[in-house]
Amino acid sequence: MKIAVCVKQVPDATSHKRLDAATHRLDRSGEGVLNATDVNAVEEALRLKDAHGGEVVVVSLGPEKALESLRKALAMGADRALLVSDDAAAGSDLLATSRALAAALEREEADLILFGQQSSDGDGAVLWAAVSDRLRRPMVSQVAELKVEGAELTGKRQTEFGYDVIAAPLPAVVAVSDAINEPRYPSLKGIMGAKSKPQETLSLADVGVEAGVVGEAGSGTTVRSSSPPPAKSGQVKIEDDGSAAEKIVDYLAEKRMI
Amino acid sequence: MTTLVFLESHDGELTKGGLGVLGKAASLGDDVAGVVLGSGVRDAAAAAGAFGAATVYVVDDEALAAPLPQPRVDALEAVVRESGADTVLFAASVLAADVAAGLAARLEAGLNWDLADLRRDGDELVGVRPALGDTVLVEVGWTSAPRLALVRAGTFDPVESGGSADVKDVSATFQEFSTQARLVEHLTEKASGPSIEDADVIVAGGRGLGSPEGFSYCEELAEALGGAVAATRAVVDAGWYPYAAQVGQTGKTVSPKLYIALGISGAIQHKVGMQGSGTIVAVNKDPNAPIFDFADLGVVGDLTQIAPKLTELLRARR
Repeated sequence: MKIAVCVKQVPDATSHKRLDAATHRLDRSGEGVLNATDVNAVEEALRLKDAHGGEVVVVSLGPEKALESLRKALAMGADRALLVSDDAAAGSDLLATSRALAAALEREEADLILFGQQSSDGDGAVLWAAVSDRLRRPMVSQVAELKVEGAELTGKRQTEFGYDVIAAPLPAVVAVSDAINEPRYPSLKGIMGAKSKPQETLSLADVGVEAGVVGEAGSGTTVRSSSPPPAKSGQVKIEDDGSAAEKIVDYLAEKRMI
Repeated sequence: MTTLVFLESHDGELTKGGLGVLGKAASLGDDVAGVVLGSGVRDAAAAAGAFGAATVYVVDDEALAAPLPQPRVDALEAVVRESGADTVLFAASVLAADVAAGLAARLEAGLNWDLADLRRDGDELVGVRPALGDTVLVEVGWTSAPRLALVRAGTFDPVESGGSADVKDVSATFQEFSTQARLVEHLTEKASGPSIEDADVIVAGGRGLGSPEGFSYCEELAEALGGAVAATRAVVDAGWYPYAAQVGQTGKTVSPKLYIALGISGAIQHKVGMQGSGTIVAVNKDPNAPIFDFADLGVVGDLTQIAPKLTELLRARR
């Protein structure tokens, strides 16, 4: 079974995130890491490979330096990395990103395409739905348990109302939640070996995407402006002297909340 | 100019999120129509008239019986074409997010998400999106037609206008790949009381509750306030409370009028899921807990003393 895992490099959680004042885009100049839920997706792919054999390829769209994060996936055990990197792709929104990613995935012809459910840099958790529509493949998201038997997958999908168990034939697209597994740490051997694994960087032209349909030109949305949110005012902090419950009631009554 | 609002139905009833967005859309002065997709949902659809929809488009089809996104993209595509809508709005949910993004790809239409507000600027629609853990407010727009938007859960309350809607049936053709995924089993994790997306009041618990049994403090207080119970990721991971109640980055985003946090430190992962709440009251033993930085009323104290007393006082007021 061939599994493609779509991953993304995001700014380190400990770094101070900011939007570039001129472009309103996220400033990605700092230290980057592999997005946390994508690590769960890589782990799940490796487990499926352990059980069924095959190949795990990590696929990403991003700047050259995203290769560092792809190497983490290789160190965990992925077989190969594919980075689509092109200046023309900067500023791509969901439409443009899904277009480029779908084109790259089309070349891979994987049996299963995995995504991590969330990206920590604030981008919406929706990319797989756009990609699966472009690839015309069945899709299951918010998956907390995944099984593959023969040519069919079964996923346990978390929803607001409980769990839905969904089955779908391969090839398919699955977005996993971080509840699905506990990712392994790369071993020293894995880290050493990652450098020599195949790592391919392709341009948009290489995957058959014209520059005009990605980046800002290929996007359906714009950012008009960014500003700091209004500051919170009137915060009160008290220490319980035995009357805290009464004080909470008074506070809520004053605000007409009860 | 027609705005379509995706109205999600669950167990024969329209969820509050979609109805709230419907009211907001109507207040912007456009023609607003609801869309209800499902099997046996005509009665539920008619109810949208009372919340601001002049028209409700219904695709009633067996293929839409299970709560799966892909056949809904097909159905919604048919409704967009039938209605000539220039805007399609969704209240964020697990299902709606997948439908919206699938539709974006299908129609090559721009999608903005996590919007905390919508306004008109002349002919243009402007969305307001809090970003980077709500440290920045971003104003977003669209360069495509139709314009698609996912509104943050719980942002707008439904407004009863008392009108009635003209229900129009639309038939859809389903793509082969859209109907390949199938529902095998539905496991309901029934939390008592209202769901956290729909609740005006949420009482949430974290590690500071001390044990799974500690959730009884939350449940009793929530019951006294007519609210719902939520939980942090740490306690859901520890198996103290169901995932359906998880608020935060890997759970749900909620914005009730009142959010009472018991024994929650207020880590950023939790904060992003609840900071849009109207009023935040936090009780925590640790005076340095980050939650006190953004709580409207912070109480440093022992929740096992304060919560039962608060519940009792609130019950006495009823």
